Amino acid sequence: MSLIRKPLNRRSILRAGALGGSALAMPTIFTSRAWSAGYLNEPTGATVTLGFNVPQTGPYADEGADELRAYQLAVEHLNGEGDGGMLNTFSSKALKGNGILGKKVEYVTGDTQTKSDAARASAKSMIEKDGAIMITGGSSSGVAVAVQALCQEAGVIFMAGLTHSNDTTGKDKKANGFRHFFNSYMSGAALAPVLKNAYGDDRKAYHLTADYNWGYTTEQAVRESTESLGWETVETVKTPLAATDFSAYITPVLQSDADVLVLNHYGGNMVNSLTNAVQFGLRDKQVNGKNFEIIVPLYSRLMAKGAGENVKGIFGSTNWHWSLQDEGSKAFVQSFGQKYGFPPSQAAHTTYVQALLYADACERAGTFNPCGVVEALEGFEFDGLGNGKTLYRAEDHQCFKDVLVVKGKENPSSAFDLLEIVEVTPAAQVTYPPDHPQFAGGALGTCNPGA
Amino acid sequence: MFGLNKKDTSLFFLVLLLVVLAPFLLNPFPEGSELAQFNAGYPDLMQRFLIFGIFAIGFNILFGLTGYLSFGHAAFLGVGSYAGVWMMKLLTMNVIPAIFMSVVFAGLFSLLVGYISLRRSGIYFSILTLAFAQMSFSLAYSVLTPITNGETGLQLALDDPRILGVSSENGAIPAANFFGIPMRESFELSMGGWLFTFNAGYYLCAVVMMIAFYVAIRIFRSPFGMMLRAVKSNQQRMNFTGLNSRPYTLAAFVISGMYAGLAGGLMVAMDPLAGAERMQWTASGEVVLMTILGGAGTLIGPVLGAGFIKYCENIFSKINDNILYDWFAALPQGLADFLVFVIHPFIGKGWHLTLGIMFMLIVIFLPGGIMEGVERIGRLFKRKSSKDENSTARPKAAPAE
Repeated sequence: MSLIRKPLNRRSILRAGALGGSALAMPTIFTSRAWSAGYLNEPTGATVTLGFNVPQTGPYADEGADELRAYQLAVEHLNGEGDGGMLNTFSSKALKGNGILGKKVEYVTGDTQTKSDAARASAKSMIEKDGAIMITGGSSSGVAVAVQALCQEAGVIFMAGLTHSNDTTGKDKKANGFRHFFNSYMSGAALAPVLKNAYGDDRKAYHLTADYNWGYTTEQAVRESTESLGWETVETVKTPLAATDFSAYITPVLQSDADVLVLNHYGGNMVNSLTNAVQFGLRDKQVNGKNFEIIVPLYSRLMAKGAGENVKGIFGSTNWHWSLQDEGSKAFVQSFGQKYGFPPSQAAHTTYVQALLYADACERAGTFNPCGVVEALEGFEFDGLGNGKTLYRAEDHQCFKDVLVVKGKENPSSAFDLLEIVEVTPAAQVTYPPDHPQFAGGALGTCNPGA
Repeated sequence: MFGLNKKDTSLFFLVLLLVVLAPFLLNPFPEGSELAQFNAGYPDLMQRFLIFGIFAIGFNILFGLTGYLSFGHAAFLGVGSYAGVWMMKLLTMNVIPAIFMSVVFAGLFSLLVGYISLRRSGIYFSILTLAFAQMSFSLAYSVLTPITNGETGLQLALDDPRILGVSSENGAIPAANFFGIPMRESFELSMGGWLFTFNAGYYLCAVVMMIAFYVAIRIFRSPFGMMLRAVKSNQQRMNFTGLNSRPYTLAAFVISGMYAGLAGGLMVAMDPLAGAERMQWTASGEVVLMTILGGAGTLIGPVLGAGFIKYCENIFSKINDNILYDWFAALPQGLADFLVFVIHPFIGKGWHLTLGIMFMLIVIFLPGGIMEGVERIGRLFKRKSSKDENSTARPKAAPAE
């Protein structure tokens, strides 16, 4: 104080400057992650940051774009803007529309490029640079498993997006990771009874399988459930992921005595292999006195769009479809449609639900601490999010809910009306014990709050 | 000093200074300001700058000196990564054995690939290396799944043996460490609005990179380096004089493969996962871009190129429309919409476009890469000062190699 009252002279200015300078240069807070008592990226201001890590380039960019739309919608609803969507139908009423725990939700986005490395780099920058407390999204199992492991190491929550491989909640499960989407086993278990009704129980199946992790688990799941019906597996052939022409793989199918072709392909792979199969006249063929049939275990609307006419009458399974008539689905389709002008895909649905489930878990736990969130999500039962009654199982962090068996629609009424629901397989029928052989190995470990 | 001439010594210390002070230099904008989006001073990206810097330095030893354009260097990076993760799975979470074995395995693999590919030169050599890399990628992606875990990528598990370490610590996989210092450990320094992060892993990378850089300088200035340059300028003439150039090119190939392996080993030391995409041809192409962008044949250019590309990839890809609207919040709605519309294709998923345009501009106007730009600016100043001194026939400055 005395500094200022004195008449200004050179000496006092120097002294004040030196004091001010050293005060500025003095580090105001020294922090180290090892010393901080709380948890990693604890939100201290009026906002909380979530990280949306989706493929914006590469083969699954369409799904990624839809996921991002759903996340933006979820953020709006969490912050109390828009019509609230599924918040109104969600059985848990913890969320008030004032953000999460009173903090406004903000988000950062990143591009996974559908590559494990790029996805991890993007997630790391969200955690290290932007202070994201939760990472979510992705449209491939490889990426999901890689990012899930990263989140476990770093100490944030990972809410998986579209990932269908058994491994995500099987041998690669992690305490900090959660999956709402269904998996290969559930596809097989849901499809088998429908296939039995439609095609009988003495079929001979030929599998074409995309040569990577998801393909293997799907092939295994479908094979095991159809074999338990009495079907016979004639042959399983792996096709390279980068293949665009499947003619060479279809010709041997014609020469075998198989009467069902199972295409364990996803995305562009499935579009091409199905188109090839139809061009080769497989669907008009008669083998062993039966009509030749084609099955696609995992369907999505975007794939159905790509394959066009060829999907008509072909069975598959899906996590969710916008034509469902429960309150939750209707509310979601309405608010999504209002904002973007077309119905959401299953990728959009699962990511929207994951964002809501995370927010709700924080609210119920009363903290953003990953360990609190894990506790709140484990064994959590809920309803009103579009799949009926759902359980987040504590043993493997997998959601158990109804699975839809769908069929390519014969007479689509619009560009989005490509699939029709054949059966809603109840959750009990697709539930498996946590130590099922298809999910064996791996352990959740303990939750990691990162501090 | 250390066997370097005066110019190289000053270059070495300049790089050392930049690397040590990077946490400050890369975070020029205060936290919470709109421009904080452009800060690159967080551990993951800083580590990547150095790791890809090492990769590019190694690539430059082959491409810059001998002129052999390898399109398969990512394979060595990938082999190094897998070797590193396996060491962490089997032996210990200490990063030293992992990094060491990465270099060894990448070296062996590059010996094999080099022995075969170097029988040809020019475009045939490039194609051969590309074929080898794609082959390794495909193998890693599917056939070798038991070793590489395929598409998912090889990662650590709770039940790994880790003979010299522990399999798990309180239900968690132990962290990668350097004799007990976890790579993840960071020290944060908050000054005013600025937040600087000093990361243990980053400084380990820094030490390794400085060693790698020093070795590269020595190679560039050695008689061996001179032989490699001779290969580049005219291999046929060299053969006619009775010199067998193959041992030299093979040595250069293996050395640069080992650099790639070192980069791969450091990558898994910082983030213990090895994905097959690391070996894809796009990854090989990236290091070619880095080297050309920075300046092939110069010492520091490839490091700058690596930094430039990684910056684009990590910073531009994360800007989304919302952030743009934040920036233009002060402008009238229509104008803001228009600006967002114009900028939109260049950000987020459009970062490849931004990078492509930058690359074209640099290659067209600065064929020698970023280093040529630096040199031109340097010459501009030098000319001014030389006018003052009125020195007439000053020898033209040698390229800053």
